[in-house]
Amino acid sequence: MTSGENASTLPEMNASTYAKPYRPFSFSRIYAITINTVIELTRLKVFYVLLIFALVLIGSSIFMAQFSFQQEFQILKDVSLGAISIFTSLLAIVATARLLPQDMEDRILYTILAKPVPRFEYVLGKIAGVLLLLAISTLVMGAAFLLVLFFREQAVLHATARQMSGAPPDQVADALRVVRSSAFNLDIFPGMVIIYLKACLLAALTLFVSTFATSNIFTVVVMAFIYFIGHLQATAREYWLQEHGSGLIARIFFAVVTLIFPDLQAFNLVDDIVAGTAISLALFTKTAVLGVFYTTIYTLLAAFVFYGKEL
Amino acid sequence: MSRALIALAILIVVGVVKLPLERNLAALHRQEHFLGVEFNLDLREKIGQLGFMAALSGFRAIVADALFIQAYAAWENTEWGRMLLLFRHVTTLQPRVMLFWDTAAWHMAWNASVAAMNDQNQPRLALRVKAQREYFALGKDFLERGIKNNPDRPDLYEALARLYKEKYKDHERASEYYAKASVLPEARTFDRRFSAYELSYCEGREREAYERLLSLYNEGEKERLPTLIKRLKFLEEKLAIPQEERIPDKLNKIVK
Repeated sequence: MTSGENASTLPEMNASTYAKPYRPFSFSRIYAITINTVIELTRLKVFYVLLIFALVLIGSSIFMAQFSFQQEFQILKDVSLGAISIFTSLLAIVATARLLPQDMEDRILYTILAKPVPRFEYVLGKIAGVLLLLAISTLVMGAAFLLVLFFREQAVLHATARQMSGAPPDQVADALRVVRSSAFNLDIFPGMVIIYLKACLLAALTLFVSTFATSNIFTVVVMAFIYFIGHLQATAREYWLQEHGSGLIARIFFAVVTLIFPDLQAFNLVDDIVAGTAISLALFTKTAVLGVFYTTIYTLLAAFVFYGKEL
Repeated sequence: MSRALIALAILIVVGVVKLPLERNLAALHRQEHFLGVEFNLDLREKIGQLGFMAALSGFRAIVADALFIQAYAAWENTEWGRMLLLFRHVTTLQPRVMLFWDTAAWHMAWNASVAAMNDQNQPRLALRVKAQREYFALGKDFLERGIKNNPDRPDLYEALARLYKEKYKDHERASEYYAKASVLPEARTFDRRFSAYELSYCEGREREAYERLLSLYNEGEKERLPTLIKRLKFLEEKLAIPQEERIPDKLNKIVK
């Protein structure tokens, strides 16, 4: 083979032909895992939850036709936001609990980690996938709720305007203002963001538990306990930090609960928001910071434990 | 195993770090009237184990709504005692919802009290009147506790003023509560007017009522409503206000 033949038959070498240098941290790798996680969860038909939510919403609207419009709006908002909170929390726990065990069972985990993918990126990609799924679910449920509220508000506004057609304009305007104020409240939006942040926290905590759990069921059961204890954390904290005459053992128990578990009660603000209590920027920011803080810490801990896990 | 222990240690350290943030947030909640319900044994006995667990898990509003619907059904069946208990639970769970306090008070002071007065099973009038007064008091109690939980909103002050006016015929207290409502941020325009109207019925306070009504009258056409002019003319007569200081006659004719 001459040097001329060599030049004509072999493909030209360019930059793309060479192997890319390995980067210890890559967003594209995390992105790939994230998208894969979302697709995988979507295939499990988790979005059926949204269908149940829609049924709850429509069912409660029909059922409440016998109440006054204030009562109807109050119950509609309570039930809808409560349902969003239940479904996002359930989705966060159940969807995250199966991620690691399922990947191990299907041997996908070994295929991924056999490639130059650090475990930290794998954990980050997985949690990002769940958070994206939760964001989509919260958005869809929130949009459905606002749509139903808007249509009910319009129906009541039309009915009120029709009933008061002979009244002075200022009285009509006052009546319509009362209807509007009892239906829609801008503070609902920060309320929904806080519901989402609570679900993110639960997802990160579930991932952390699943790194040392032996099975999917174990993770879900442990998370159910943590969910209840987390809602009691604030009470335990008050008992621990204030003198309530409790014994040493009780105080140690309260301290352990306070330090180890997250304060989930701090994220239950929608009940009061629906009641008309305005949420200040300071309160929203502090709650959001606490949510992001917990989510970050639990994700980092999950990655830390996962690094030492024997696969 | 060692990693799990290290993770637990980190969790405790993080717990110490987050403690001030959580306490600060809890203080802010109290300051801004969030999470004002105290979960204790008393509440558990009232709403039952299941309801208590649900309320504790962040579904307080849904539990309150379920109890409210039960109270509504009790009202339809005129089970006043059951309705009273259910409304007490509802307002305990959701102390910031005006609607619950207002509805509870209305059922007690208006519906149950009328039912007690028309009770066919009680032939003695004195006992019927006694029962009626007890229901007024229950309605008043709901509104007073509602105000204690929501001192920043005018709705329940207005409802209590109405109760004093219509049920107790106590115009002085009615005026007082309308006046309290009128100084709050979301007060209706009629609160100041109604407070002055009620005061105009109080013996011995006619001069004060006259000055307040006149001050409203002088604010312009918008305040010169038929009732205001009527009460003003009544007080002009009663206080023997000189002719030149009285409001124009032309308006008197309009009133007539």
